[in-house]
Amino acid sequence: MAAGVETVAEELRAAYGGGKTRDLEWRVSQLKALLKIINLHENEIVEALRSDLNKPEYEAFVHEIAGASSACKLALKELRRWTMPEKVKTTMTTYPSSAHIVSEPLGVVLVISTWNYPFILSIEPIIGAISAGNAVVLKPSEVSPATSAVLSKLLGEYMDTSAVRVVEGSVPETTVLLEQKWDKIFYTGNSKVGRIVLAAAAKHLTPVVLELGGKSPVVVDSNIDLKVSPLIYQKLRNNPRILYFIYFVFCFFLKVAARRIISGKWGCNNGQTCVSPDYVITTKEYASKLVDAFACEMENFYGKDPLQSNDLSSVVNSRHFDRLINLLDDEKVSGKIVLGGQRDKTKLKIAPSIILNPSEDSLIMNEEIFGPLLPIITVDKIEDCIGIITSKEKPLAAYLFSNNEKLKNDFISNVSSGGMVINDTTLHLAEASLPFGGVGESGMGSYHGKFSFDAFSHKKAVLKRGFNGDVSVRYPPYTNGKLNFVKAMLSGNILRIIRALFGW
Amino acid sequence: MAAVDVEAAVKELRNTYSSGKTKSYEWRISQLEALLKIVTHHENEIVEAVHSDLCKPQTETSFQEIFSVASSCKLALKELRRWMKPQKVKTGMLTFPSSGEIVPEPLGVVLVISTWNYPFLIAVDPVIGAIAAGNAVVLKPSEVAPATSALLSKLLGEYLDTSAVKVIEGAVRETTELLAQKWDKIMYTGNGRVARIVLAAAAKHLTPVILELGGKCPAVVDANINLKVTARRIISGKWGCNNGQTCISPDYILTTKEYAPKVVDALAAELEKFYGKDPLGSNDLSRIVNIHHFDRLEKLMDDEKVSGKIVHGGQRDKTNLKIAPTILLDVEEDSLIMNEEIFGPLLPIVTVNKIEDSFGAINAKGKPLAAYLFTNDKTLKEEFVRSVSAGAIAINETALHFMEVGLPFGGVGESGMGSYHGKFSFDAFSHKKAVLRRGFGGEVSARYPPYAPWKLQLLKALVKGNIIEILRALLGW
Repeated sequence: MAAGVETVAEELRAAYGGGKTRDLEWRVSQLKALLKIINLHENEIVEALRSDLNKPEYEAFVHEIAGASSACKLALKELRRWTMPEKVKTTMTTYPSSAHIVSEPLGVVLVISTWNYPFILSIEPIIGAISAGNAVVLKPSEVSPATSAVLSKLLGEYMDTSAVRVVEGSVPETTVLLEQKWDKIFYTGNSKVGRIVLAAAAKHLTPVVLELGGKSPVVVDSNIDLKVSPLIYQKLRNNPRILYFIYFVFCFFLKVAARRIISGKWGCNNGQTCVSPDYVITTKEYASKLVDAFACEMENFYGKDPLQSNDLSSVVNSRHFDRLINLLDDEKVSGKIVLGGQRDKTKLKIAPSIILNPSEDSLIMNEEIFGPLLPIITVDKIEDCIGIITSKEKPLAAYLFSNNEKLKNDFISNVSSGGMVINDTTLHLAEASLPFGGVGESGMGSYHGKFSFDAFSHKKAVLKRGFNGDVSVRYPPYTNGKLNFVKAMLSGNILRIIRALFGW
Repeated sequence: MAAVDVEAAVKELRNTYSSGKTKSYEWRISQLEALLKIVTHHENEIVEAVHSDLCKPQTETSFQEIFSVASSCKLALKELRRWMKPQKVKTGMLTFPSSGEIVPEPLGVVLVISTWNYPFLIAVDPVIGAIAAGNAVVLKPSEVAPATSALLSKLLGEYLDTSAVKVIEGAVRETTELLAQKWDKIMYTGNGRVARIVLAAAAKHLTPVILELGGKCPAVVDANINLKVTARRIISGKWGCNNGQTCISPDYILTTKEYAPKVVDALAAELEKFYGKDPLGSNDLSRIVNIHHFDRLEKLMDDEKVSGKIVHGGQRDKTNLKIAPTILLDVEEDSLIMNEEIFGPLLPIVTVNKIEDSFGAINAKGKPLAAYLFTNDKTLKEEFVRSVSAGAIAINETALHFMEVGLPFGGVGESGMGSYHGKFSFDAFSHKKAVLRRGFGGEVSARYPPYAPWKLQLLKALVKGNIIEILRALLGW
């Protein structure tokens, strides 16, 4: 183990105690340093992501570099506003008084990052920690070692290492870190380790943000397509131009839905994303149309032989590769593959695979897939999807493609998930005004935008009074008269107050 | 109560919750109105029970417990529709065209573990939040206040929908069985030792927790102030709040060496006005809750490091579990009384050379639930607010911030996590779900594979916001 891991929290506490991380100037300087890293070392970061995940440069840029860069810029732009105390209206009970809610740093915080978006999932929480005025230790994931090394090197060079530290390593280092006292811990990963983190935090009463995962469902309603009655359809057949137009419109929404689902699944680190659509629910009658649409768009995106496409991340390592193959080769599933199924173990590649109607008790329907396999399960009525989803653990995200307003409202009211998107997938992550976090098994707490600042702040209530306005009725000895008067005052009822004053 | 009862109770609540009943506005209103009825029609019984448990003066129970609960109910009834409304957010370029909102939804089935010192208020106030947010809830009142616990069980059992709101009485065994169940949130009020047990149990189910704990809440007294009002406010926050057995009572005072005698005199004078020459005989002071705490407090007083420092009070009556308001001057930092939360009618005064030194002394200890400063010096106020971390801060007052519903009430560090009161109670028991809505328009092929270089170029240009680069990318230069 590297020297100093056991004492890193203590060291940073000394730096925090000195007060420098609280200064706005310090916070701004650190955020600017992060922005410099992103701007000047983009190629190194993209390379590291390719080395760790075979992540296409496009995804590395759009999802990680651009994401980190906008988060930095937003914090720099809004920091002054975020740190301003929030005035609160006071009431009769404390009159005369003034009140504020003041944001203050928690102290020394620990960010434990993960491997699938190893750059942004490290940087974005750090942006929150620093803007809130904390000292921070980052523990990047050892499963993405190239990015871990790049983070260690670049943050070590550009940041104030007395208050911002990177500790590389794996289970031993993480265990040693978790034994120390932190003022907050921010963990991204799986629920098994999430429990370990919570148990360790319990010893020090440390509050925790957990960004976990789950089986994020996508519901596809057949009504996204326009329906035309067979009679009218027959009449229109005679005019090829109109027919083509109708065909185009028929397929348009389904095509868009398919593209957006593919984008959220295979276009996000090849399905290895906490908010990727995990499985699809649609009606029995619509399923084959949906599969056709997927097949068509999949070929447009990745060509006839997706194992050769450069636009798909690889599976991160052989352990996950074997895990996914196990899901695919499960006898309850292997006969139901309607698309894909090809694999290349040497290159750790699995082709985008769709499985139609695996049984409910198959492995693939009982763990978070986190890979390029997409089961489709079918129901009689689309409304049945809500019961299926709510019978499982609350996922990090849930998606619905529909034009039916009632279904949309029922979905939003009855399906509990971290976040939700109607008629798209994963895009809510790009919206900084929306909190990003889970509920139940998918996590606790949230971040992004101002929520990152809040996640690492204590909101301190401050009440200010003068020495005037001291009312003796408040104090002992407690007489009935005083009690009546106080009750009357607080009721705000003028008659009561007068009566109490006169002792009636 | 056998283990199977707890499990069955929770199962029933889960079924009720799944049926969707607790989510409806009407159901929540009906339960809040029922709670309001309880406080309006049963005030005397509540006062009786609390008096039986704590010898708490009626005025304190009426004002601090019953009035607070009634206001909480009324506020929730008035504001619920507004609180339940989704909050619209402005969406940006990256998701255009879209609309976004944050939708509050209940967490599910929640557990509220209450405590003994405000046995009515601290039980019901969180339940108000849980119900307002649409959850099913189990309340576990404190066994250390048995009369109130029994009354809560009876009244909530009578007035509320018991298929969704249950009171489970008991002690360690029942609490342990409760903690073994899966909850969607747990709210615990009490001490740091048990809080760690609660957190560890919650960890197994990934249950989020609110902890309302305590700490040593300091009150710094500067010179050049209205000492009479200061003394009255300190006494009110200390002995006027359940005789010091309150999480936000001023635990100890910090003042300068030269000002300390004046502070002692002012406190002594006002104490006599409030409680008479023989405070053990006053009806306006709660007793010590039980023999265990009485012995604990006696030990603090009789500790040889401090027993000679008592400058006021010190009298005790073991049969009636009473200890008189007691002030100690110039106690040593390593005495027992300066190293645990006092939670009783003993007030040590620690003296410093310069008043500013007090801030460092406070920050050297665990973060308290509240910190107080009495001063007219603007700079000192600002420095205090800036540098002292506590759940809350009050300037020229003690404990009253508790009544301000616009302020979150909660701790930080050793004094707790999370907060409640007013809308914060509703938020505490809600999940804020992000919802992004899109139509099928706004398709940009640059979003999709194959990732041709022009697509990356365009996106880079869009991110930079540079018009010329965007044009170049679009034109393929």
